[in-house]
This record gives sequence, C-alpha cells and structure tokens, in this order.
Amino acid sequence: MTAQSDISAAAAATRFVNIGERTNVTGSARFKKLVLAGDYDAAVEVARQQVENGAQIIDVNMDEALLDSEAAMTTFLKRIAAEPDIARVPVMIDSSKWSVIEAGLKCVSGKPIVNSISLKEGEEPFLDQARTLRAYGAAVVVMAFDETGQADTAQRKIEICERAYRLLVENGFPAEDIIFDPNIFAIATGIDEHRRYALDFIEAAREIRARCPGAHISGGLSNLSFSFRGNEPVRRAMHSVFLYHAIPAGLDMAIVNAGQLDVYDAIDPELREACEDVILDRRDDATERLITLAERFRGTDAVAEKEAEAWRSWPVHDRLAHALVKGIDAFIVEDTEEARQLAKRPIEVIEGPLMDGMNIVGDLFGSGKMFLPQVVKSARVMKKAVAHLLPYIELEKDESAKGKGRIVMATVKGDVHDIGKNIVGVVLQCNGYEVIDLGVMTPWTTILDTAREQDADMIGLSGLITPSLDEMVTVASEMQRAGLSMPLLIGGATTSRAHTALRIAPAYTGPVIHVLDASRAVGVASALVSDGEQRQELIDRTANDYRSLRESREGRGASDLATLEEARANRFDGDAARPAPTPLQPGVHCFESWSLEDLRRCIDWTPFFRAWELAGTFPAILDDPVVGKEARTLFIDAEQMLDRIIGEGWLQARAVVGLWRARREGDDVLVIGGNEEVRLPFLRQQMKKRQGRPNMCLADFVAPADDWIGGFAVAIHGIEPHLERFKADNDDYSDILLKALADRLAEAFAERLHSHVRTVLWGYAPDEHLSNEDLIKERYRGIRPAPGYPACPDHSLKPLLLELLGEGAGVRLTESFAMMPASAVSGFYFAHPESAYFGVARIGPDQLEDYAERRGVDVETATRWLRPNLD
Amino acid sequence: MSPAQAFRSAAAKRILVKDGAFGTAIQRAGLKEACYRGDLALNKDQKGNNDLLCLTRPELIAEICEGYAAAGADVLGTNSFNANRISQADYGAEHLVTEMNIASARIVREVAERQAQKDGRRRFVAGALGPTNKTLSLSPDVNDPAYREVDFDTLKQVYREQVDALVEGGADFILIETIFDTLNAKAAIMATLESQQNVGRELPIMISMTLTDLSGRNLSGHTVEAFWASVRHARPLTIGLNCSFGAAQLRPHLAALSRQADALVMAYPNAGLPNELGEYDEAAEETAAQVREWAEEGLINIVGGCCGTTPQHIAAIAEAVKDFPPRTLPTAPRTTLLAGLEPMVLAA
Repeated sequence: MTAQSDISAAAAATRFVNIGERTNVTGSARFKKLVLAGDYDAAVEVARQQVENGAQIIDVNMDEALLDSEAAMTTFLKRIAAEPDIARVPVMIDSSKWSVIEAGLKCVSGKPIVNSISLKEGEEPFLDQARTLRAYGAAVVVMAFDETGQADTAQRKIEICERAYRLLVENGFPAEDIIFDPNIFAIATGIDEHRRYALDFIEAAREIRARCPGAHISGGLSNLSFSFRGNEPVRRAMHSVFLYHAIPAGLDMAIVNAGQLDVYDAIDPELREACEDVILDRRDDATERLITLAERFRGTDAVAEKEAEAWRSWPVHDRLAHALVKGIDAFIVEDTEEARQLAKRPIEVIEGPLMDGMNIVGDLFGSGKMFLPQVVKSARVMKKAVAHLLPYIELEKDESAKGKGRIVMATVKGDVHDIGKNIVGVVLQCNGYEVIDLGVMTPWTTILDTAREQDADMIGLSGLITPSLDEMVTVASEMQRAGLSMPLLIGGATTSRAHTALRIAPAYTGPVIHVLDASRAVGVASALVSDGEQRQELIDRTANDYRSLRESREGRGASDLATLEEARANRFDGDAARPAPTPLQPGVHCFESWSLEDLRRCIDWTPFFRAWELAGTFPAILDDPVVGKEARTLFIDAEQMLDRIIGEGWLQARAVVGLWRARREGDDVLVIGGNEEVRLPFLRQQMKKRQGRPNMCLADFVAPADDWIGGFAVAIHGIEPHLERFKADNDDYSDILLKALADRLAEAFAERLHSHVRTVLWGYAPDEHLSNEDLIKERYRGIRPAPGYPACPDHSLKPLLLELLGEGAGVRLTESFAMMPASAVSGFYFAHPESAYFGVARIGPDQLEDYAERRGVDVETATRWLRPNLD
Repeated sequence: MSPAQAFRSAAAKRILVKDGAFGTAIQRAGLKEACYRGDLALNKDQKGNNDLLCLTRPELIAEICEGYAAAGADVLGTNSFNANRISQADYGAEHLVTEMNIASARIVREVAERQAQKDGRRRFVAGALGPTNKTLSLSPDVNDPAYREVDFDTLKQVYREQVDALVEGGADFILIETIFDTLNAKAAIMATLESQQNVGRELPIMISMTLTDLSGRNLSGHTVEAFWASVRHARPLTIGLNCSFGAAQLRPHLAALSRQADALVMAYPNAGLPNELGEYDEAAEETAAQVREWAEEGLINIVGGCCGTTPQHIAAIAEAVKDFPPRTLPTAPRTTLLAGLEPMVLAA
C-alpha cells in the first residue's frame, strides 16, 4: 500500500494542474469591479486570458457582500458556456455558500469541481452535500475543517482529511473525485504559531496521499505570502519555492496565477534560501531575515532596467559571466573590449572570464536547470565576444586554441537539414569544444580531408531523411579505408541506435556512437576526449551494447513475413466504398504566394518546441512548471520573428497541386498526367497479420478504374539572405529559430493546402469546418502520405511526383532525393473514405525484386532505396 | 435476477440487439390527423404527435414493437421520445403526459412478455426519454448569450414526471437518448436518481449521445470523451451513441468511447445518411455490414437501429453480429475525469 502510494505520488508530481484564479472576486480587484459593474463582456475576457495563459481549470468565485452571488455565478457560467475556447476547460465552482454552489452546478454542462465542502457543521450536512454533488456529477474539494475549526497542525489536517475520506468512500463517493485542501496559511507573520504552517501542509500532504488512495491535494497559494502584500518579487519567490517542495509531497493542483511563478533556479539564491528557511522552518530568525531581505526586492520586477543598471556596475569579469548566463548581448562587445585591455593577451579573455561563464552555462544545462533556447542565446553572446577578439588574436599569431577537443560536424551528402546538427554544435561550443561545421550536403571526401587536416578528435554526422542513413555507412566505410581511428558520432531524426549498431558500426573499426540528442552530446564528447578509463569504458560499453543488439537481431528469423503473394491476397478491399467524386477543379494548380498570415494560424507548435528539446504539448507547455518560462520566452521570440517574416516579406510560400485521373493495377497506381500514364509503384505490408487485418498498400485506396489521385508540393522560399545575415552576425539563435519557423510554415502549408483541396479543389468535403486542433489531429477524410515516410518509404517516388506536378513550387531534389529548399513537403492525396496512414515496415526479397521491376530499376538500386525496409 | 443482472449476464455471452426506430416506422403507416387524435378532446392539430398514438392507436405501436422483437431485438424501447411536458406543449397535450408514458411502457411490456413466451428469450423494456426541444446550454437569443429558455430544475421536473410514469408502466430501464445537450442529460440523470430514491428499487440508466458534426461533438460542444466524463457519475448500465449519422461515420467516435468507458457500450445508428428527399435509403445489408465491422473490432455490446431502420435492418444486424464475441469492458484506471467541452484526466 505504501509503496503504491509512493508511486502514485511520484506520478502525480509530474502532472501538476494550474487552476486559474483571476475570475475570483475575492482574489482579483479588477474582476470584482467588472462583475459589480455588470460588465460581463469584459469579465468573460478575463476568463479567456486565463485559459490562453495556460490555466487548465478556471476557478469562479462570486463571494462578495455587495453582489447577488447566485445571480452573478449563474450569469457568468452561462456566458462562458457560450465561448468554446473558454468552455473547453473544466470549471471550479468556488463559494463558501452552498446555495451559490448549487446554482452554479445547474449551469455547468461538463464535469466541474466544487470548492468546497467540509465537516464544519458535522457529518450529516457534509454527507448530504456530498450525495447531492454525486447526483450532479461533480468532483469536490474538501477543506480540512471540522466541528472544532480549521486544521492548522499536520496532525489535525491528516486526521480531518482521513475522516472525511472514510465517510465519503463508505457512502459511495468515488475516491478519485475527492480533492483535499489542507489549508495553506500565511507564514512569516512574526507570530510563532505560524512558523510551521507551510511545513505542516507539506508533511500533511504526503501523509494524506498515503492514507487516502486516489484522492488529490489542492490549495490556494496566495495565502502563503499574505504578509508580503505589495512585494510581488518576494511573493512569487515564496510561491515557487513552496511548490518546489509541496509538489513532490503530493500537491497536484493549486489555485495560482500561472503567469506569476518563477522558475525555481531563476530565483535570486539569497532570496530563495531565505524563502526556503521560512517555508521549511529551518532557523529561528528565518522570518526576520526574509523581512529584511524582502525590502531589497520590493519593486524590482516593476523596473527591469534597474536590475540591468545594477549588474552594469559589477566588475567586468562578473559582467561577462552574467551576460553569458542570461544571454544578453547588448553590452558584450564593449565588455569584451574592456576585458581585453585589462588582459595581457587577448586569448586570456577567452580562456578566463568567457570560458568561466560558459562553464556555468554548461553546468546549468547539464543539471537540467537551463534549457536549450537559453543555451543557444548564451552561445550567441559567446560567439560575438570571440568574434571581437579574433582579429587581435590573429595579430599575435597565437597558436590556435583547441579547447577541450575539436569536432568536425556535417550533414551528409544529399541532405540539407541541419537544425539538429546546429543545436548540437552550439551546445558543444558552449561546453568548450571547438566545432568545425562543414554545413549541409557534405561529401565524404570533404569530411575526411578536414578531419585529417585539422587533427580532429572526432567526427559528427547528421541527417534527417532515410537515404542519409546509407550515406553515413559510406562515410564510415571510407573512414575505415582511410585508416582513421577517431570516434564517429551519429545523430539526426531518422538515425537510431539500432541502425547505428547494425549498419554503421560494422563498417568502421573505430568507435561509433549514436547520440540521441543535444543534451547527451557533451557527456559523450567529454568521455571521448578524456585520457583514461572513462573513454575506454564508454567505447567498450557501446561496442558491447551494439554487438548484443546485432546478435539479438540475427536470432530473429525472417519467418514473420508473409510472402508477397499472401500479402496481396490479404489486401485491403475498399472497392465497395463510393469512389472519390470527380474533382471540381481537376488538373494542376499553382500558388505563387500563399498568405503567410493564413499559414501562421495553422501552425502546429508542439514540434517547434520539440526541435528545441523542450518536451510538452502546446499550449500547455507555456505553463509547464519546469520548462514553461523558457517555452514562453522562445514562443515570444518566435512570434516576434513571425511578425517580421510576414511584415517584411522575408519568405514566400509556393505550392503546386495536381488532381489526376487514376486507376489501380496490382500494387501500382497509374496516373494520367498530361497525355501519358505514369506508373507509381507502391509497397505493401508483408508482416503477418491478425485475422481480419489487411496487409495495406496505398494502391488499395484507388479503384481499378475511374478513380482520382492527387499530388502536391509546398515550399518556403527566400530564407538564404536572412540566414547569411544571421551567420555574419554570429547569431545562431536567430538562424535556428528562422529555420525552425520555416519548417513549421511548410508543415502548416501542407495542412492548409490539404484542407483547400478537400473543400474547394477536389471538393469532396465542402462543408468541413475544423478547428486548427482538429486539423492537427487529422480529423478529416483523406490522407497525404509523403514519399520517404512510413506508408510510402521510397524517397525515389519524389522525382516522379515532381515531374507530374511541374515546376510550380520551385522544388529541386538532391541526389538522395532531399528537397530544396529544406522547408518543403510533398506527397500524394488519397480521398478514399477509409484511407489511413500505416507503416510498410519490413518487406521481403520477393517484394524487393517485384518492386525493382515495377519501378524499372535494377535490384541493386532498389536495395539502396529500400534499405531501411529490408531489415 | 433483477433486470440489470439478467441484462449484464446476457450481454456477457453475446452481443445483444436493440430495436429500430418508431418515428420513421410510424411515418410509413401514413396516418391521418384523425388517427392521431382518436376520440381525445384536443384543441391543436395532432398530426405528427407520435407519442399520442400510445393512447389512440396502441395496436399500431404494439405491431411495430412486435416486428422488432420478432426480428431478434433484446432491448425494446418505448414510443415516448417526445412524451414530455415541454414537447407536448406544442400539441396542447401536456395533461396527457403521464398517461402516454404509462401506456407506452405497458404496450412494450406486453410485447416483451408475449415474445419471451414464444421463444424463451428475455426481452428488456427501455423507457425512452428524448432530449426535449429546449436546451440548457445554449441561448436562442444571439443578443443575450446568458439567456436560457428553460432552467435545470424545470427540466428535471419534466423528466421526473416522465420517468415516474414509465416506471409505473413497467419499464426495466430508463434510456436517455439522442442527447444533444449534455446538461439536459445531467438533468435527466438526476431526475432518474430521484425517482429511484422514491420507488426504492434500482432504475438502471442507459445513456446515448448524438453527434451533430463529423468532428465528433454534440450540440453543446462535448467530445465523446468529455461526455463520458460528464455522465459517468450515473454509473450507467450502457453508454453509447445513436442517431447522428450512419454507422460508417460513427465508427471513430464509437471506438474512442469504447476504449474509455467502463460500462456496456450500446450504439444504434441511422440507416445511413438521409438522401436529398430526407429519406433514409441505406439497405439493411449495408447497415448490417457496417455494424458487423464494429463487432469485428470488438467495439460494442449492444447494437440496434435509429432513424430509417426497419425490422429487416434489425434482423440483418442481429444476423451480422451473432457470431462475434461482445466487447470486453476495459478496467478503468483510477483516474480523475473532469470535463469542459474537452476531457481532462488527472492521474491518481
């Protein structure tokens, strides 16, 4: 029981829920004024802002003597019911008056939380109210309050909550619908009995979670810091420190102003410690010390420039470190110059204060206290400082600094994607490595030559598209032939530990290591440049790991594949469905410049944050207790750049769509484009299927006669001059940001264009009305599989597709069939009502031969193209 | 065995079958106003007042019900979709609501008993509550979004009257169906719970939502998952979907509900989508083929028909699903389900 509760408490710690508090007349003077004035339009906007700012539940409280609270509660709840972007989140009906709660329940269509009931008046009314709440279908907050009063000590909180829990559960109330509020009281009031209040809450929370399985813990955070009214920086710090300790103890929701929390590690250390002393009751003079310290922070947040002024008066070395850690580049050149004049040699500025600062950044990042976007900003500052020093260093003809180690990095031949590689490069530089970045589309000759000439310690290869995997094997083989022994690091979206172990490592006798993401790169690199056991340990461990992976794969026979014949016999039969209607506008359509403003509305932001290694779903990520602050900063930067991209016309969105007559022949689709029939061969799943599950092939979605198929390509043009500008400015941050945004715009364009095709060009779904979220979740009829992705893994279909489409989108292909510009998407449209995405996965030699023949190439070429699907 | 126990035990063995629609079946009978009215003294035009036929043409209602029972239906609904004070106000027949509901349940009860005698299979009587034509969640006045035509307590009272009468007439279960407004359904649930308290025996609840658009929301805006979170407190005997569109379009939403709900799942689609003339012309075999896929995928426990379905449809459906095992209920993890228009799940 205890062990289980521990596990559930740990799980809950990662799932903290912010309850918005601004629609509460007792907490927000502004909201109170609006409701008293009957200005419900403006009051509704307060709720909207709450949800937009990431409140996952909104607390509504109308307990105000001057108000008809019942009328205000019902009016407001009915008003927000009419606003889908507010009503999507659950409501917390908050009142100390039962009549107001019940009036509210009669207006809420979803499943709300009621805040609150208690044992204050005894067991009978408590259970009556609980029964009524069950009949309405509401979860409930139970206050730690009984006949003798409000619980203040941990012991009383635990006793009352456990008693309430027993009563409720014995009477059939679901345990999971119980949320305890064990009372957050004001601390640091100067009264001795109040000293343990926060600590008591935390201890009680832990114990209540253990004794009351299924139940949750909530609290109103603002009480805690009541004695620091008017001193927002201190209140914020107290709240953040409290959450830092209370969440692991079991607090899993709280009524907070999500926008007013600090990241724990971003709090001034002195203030943080003082808050901790008070919250954890660690010293007798904790309150006095916090009160004294608090004066220093009063008003600091109001005038950010004041803080800026403060650090500007520090010694120059501290200023450089501060600028690096905070990512401020406004003064970096003048500060670097000042440091240079103080130093004996310019190189000392790099080796001294700048590296010291970057070491702090590296440590913070390594320990999870700083996040990637901040690190990239720090690197921008570093680069600017170094750029200022370089001419002086060269004058001295200094032996070039090698730092901790020198790494040659490249995106391999045939591939143009480099966001991930650039991020890894920046992180390595921040950690003192010298990175020689060969850019994209780099032939193996250049990689090897550079590595030898520059005496590199290791090589890092990156790639996004699947043909790059093969090119990496080539690079590894050539390294072997050249007799190199330096480590080879492999990274990028399609790479994997399995592919590295099975394909790349056997080609090269030197160490080969797959690096999952940027945060691992430093650990791997530092082990590899170390002299001793650490290096050998990593190399041996990785080699052993890959060997056992290979052995386990070998043991796995090919017996789980059906023959191509069997797979075809078990094809998906969709011919009975009504075929796709004739497109309203068949043929090829070009769009020279689609509105970027329109595309902006369709952006799916979650992958954008993932590109920056910030984990979470948009928009919830903006209020994530861990990465929320950084995500918000990054999002603001992204929005500002989008403003400029659109306002100043940086980029152009071009597209081409084709809708053609088509028919199925075996696993091929024959497309009538222009005057001739073009054969598009598709691959069929060959894994053995459960009874009733077909072996899918995209061709199955096209009828044997009189059907239609579509194709498209979208591309975002015009990025180069801006990237060059950023490069010249040593601004990796903006460089990566712009590329990431261009990728998002391309994806948004693909989504938007698909919707245009469904509703207008092909027009089989004219009445479709989907929100952006619905679009992202693909709640529509039809699919748009892209060559190189699981349903259609052969990249070599791209030239066939682009030939059919013509030049409209301005997309060109590399020899590995990567599209240029890099922010581009192409694919086929299938409109069959049951069309769905699937993965072809592994195919057998019989299909390989058959496919080669249908595709009109020799088996060797087909093998190269289909390598990822062959084993 | 109580009806709920008997129902659960039958549903554990096979996919059960619900009957088809009354409305479209009555339409096909092509009755004149006088047939509806019978010898009742009513002021308004009664044509289309299907529920009134329980009093004026009980033999027709029994015949329709009999057709479905003979076709293999295990669950027989009452012809009481609009037999509530709000809907009957349009016909000036509010004073007959109790009588109509008692009669509607009695008719089906008798058919159920007769049929059970014939073939030895127990039939279950589901007392049907429609959504009424008023909504608790939406304002009909664009200038006053907080305005509502009806309030929760009034609607609850309207439902209570109907539930009490259906129970008196012999209904085994209360079927809250075609739910376009989740808050209306919550009022119906509460009315049933109160009636249960009053009669002192269990009144198992069947809950069935209707989707108003293909994205899978009802009129009040709830997704199926949010809907489930909002009505789960009723601990319903069955949860599911009806009407909406045809079986093909219903499938993804049914699958979502089926994954989550720890109650029996009942679904009864229309016979396809209406054609240009507003008629349902999907053939019995077509509907059955779609429904068969649900059974194949293990999505359902009870299946039947809504608008446009006939005894032929029900027979074809019964035949199509008879060899498939019923859906197994997922064991719900102990999580807290909350909902706005969208669901929110808190890990325990």
